Amino acid sequence: MDHSSYTDEYLTNILEEVKTIAVVGASDNPSRPSNFVMRYMKRKGYRILPVNPGKAGQEFLGETFYASLSDIDVPVDMVDCFRNSEAVASIVPEAVAINAKVLWMQLGVFNETAAETAESAGLKVVMNRCPKIEFGRLSGEIAYMGGRSKIISSKRNKLLGKR
Amino acid sequence: MTDPKFETLAVHAGAAPDPTTGARVTPIYQTASYVFDDADHAAELFNLQAFGNIYSRLTNPTNAVLEERVATLEGGATALAVASGHAAQMIAFHTLMEPGDEFLASTRLYGGSITQFSQSFKKFNWNAIFVDPADPNNFKEALTPKCKAIFIESLANPGGVVTDIAAIAEIAHEAGIPLIVDNTLASPYLCRPIEWGADIVLHSATKFLGGHGNSVGGIIVDSGKFDWSASDKFPTLSEPNPSYHGMKFHETFGELAFGIACRALGLRDLGPALSPFNAFMIITGIETLALRMKAHCENALKVADFLQNHEKVSWVSYAGLKDDAYHSLAQKYTGGAGGAVMTFGIKGGYDAGIKMVENVNLFSHLANIGDTRSLIIHPASTTHRQLNEEQQIAAGAGPDVIRLSIGIENADDIIADLDQALMQS
Repeated sequence: MDHSSYTDEYLTNILEEVKTIAVVGASDNPSRPSNFVMRYMKRKGYRILPVNPGKAGQEFLGETFYASLSDIDVPVDMVDCFRNSEAVASIVPEAVAINAKVLWMQLGVFNETAAETAESAGLKVVMNRCPKIEFGRLSGEIAYMGGRSKIISSKRNKLLGKR
Repeated sequence: MTDPKFETLAVHAGAAPDPTTGARVTPIYQTASYVFDDADHAAELFNLQAFGNIYSRLTNPTNAVLEERVATLEGGATALAVASGHAAQMIAFHTLMEPGDEFLASTRLYGGSITQFSQSFKKFNWNAIFVDPADPNNFKEALTPKCKAIFIESLANPGGVVTDIAAIAEIAHEAGIPLIVDNTLASPYLCRPIEWGADIVLHSATKFLGGHGNSVGGIIVDSGKFDWSASDKFPTLSEPNPSYHGMKFHETFGELAFGIACRALGLRDLGPALSPFNAFMIITGIETLALRMKAHCENALKVADFLQNHEKVSWVSYAGLKDDAYHSLAQKYTGGAGGAVMTFGIKGGYDAGIKMVENVNLFSHLANIGDTRSLIIHPASTTHRQLNEEQQIAAGAGPDVIRLSIGIENADDIIADLDQALMQS
């Protein structure tokens, strides 16, 4: 599929379907973007599973850092990649092996080949996006900080959290 | 819905029904503060890790609707509503400038902006270099290594001047700096500077956005397109921020970075927050922006035609007139419309100017523009009286100059009032 833009419906379906998110390249440094995303998505009701071989075994946000995706012992719905674009190629086979449903690449991360491989294995793919920003946008929360929800509707909004 | 048009966005953008109560019109959230869910939630909000409300100096749900409304109409990524147009300028520059930095500013600006830039900004050691915008190359020649931005008005005040946004945007981008456009006089109905390459758009929302002369406010819109990390010119956006544990705004927030930094640093520390009541008034005003701007422009063109042929008038400056020097630029940037504001020269100079503003009955003699009411002022005896005659002429406010902001009353009544006042002056 074309990854230059996504419909709100495509992203909403992903954010409504997934319950567990493995974050590859997760950092426990509170000033790093991955830390922002994990805290936000956890508060929205997602289970966050941090993956970082250098931190394996350490506690973080009520979970334990995993060395790799294959070490995770619960079903993973989505793999969120905080790695450089090239590194995504090596993440895809693992994501497929653990039956993840969604491969998500963060802002600034692009890998068309990895996207095609994941899609041919049945995964939905998002690239160069941030799930925090997209959840905030689709829920309208991003407008608290001056961003645009882009919602034009006479109906009350429904996507306000998993809880 | 797919691709809603300007008039639809002016009514709806940012204002879906209130999620809690179902209220259809945006409620006025008249509260200073907001409760936290728990201590972790409080920490995440203070760290900017969560989107949410802490304190109405920083965010307010009524103001948020105004912000999304204007960001949408201007085609920007983010907006920040503040207490006035001057506050918008102060906060935007606070995010871009370090002490000792410089910026280029058009000489064709609202007098209050020239004073803010040349006097108060100096106290922060932010140094404005003023440039005649008639030839865009003047900006290129005036650039210095310390320049962090170029600042212009799309339709300039006092009336009649249209600035070549696209040409100046190109010069700014070649120099690796953003173009800031004050779009107050045109409003996004007539001109959307981001479509012509501007990076940041500012408004005095007091004027055409609010439109009724009842609420002071300002707004900063960012396109989200400028690469703040491409150089070391903008450390506030590209470098670790000590007040947020070393977080980098551009890396963390992408296209939202400038808007969030303006809020989380400038508004947080300098403090000019907009009252949610004023935000509500301005939101309500924007719903009729398209209708009002059409009426303003139609009336103003009739008035300019009338003045051009009046025996007491020596010249008229209004870009909506086909023979005006700026009409070709107006055709490019505003669809040929001249907006509501114009200036003209009254025969008899200073004394006739004073008589004119005292003899009107429908026009209000006051210092404002962009009201439903028609407004008149004699700049040399009011807004520009601190300047000497030479400075007044350079600013387009010589002794014979009268500035009008044409309202949405019936054009015949507006013209009749001007005619009787001119004949007595």
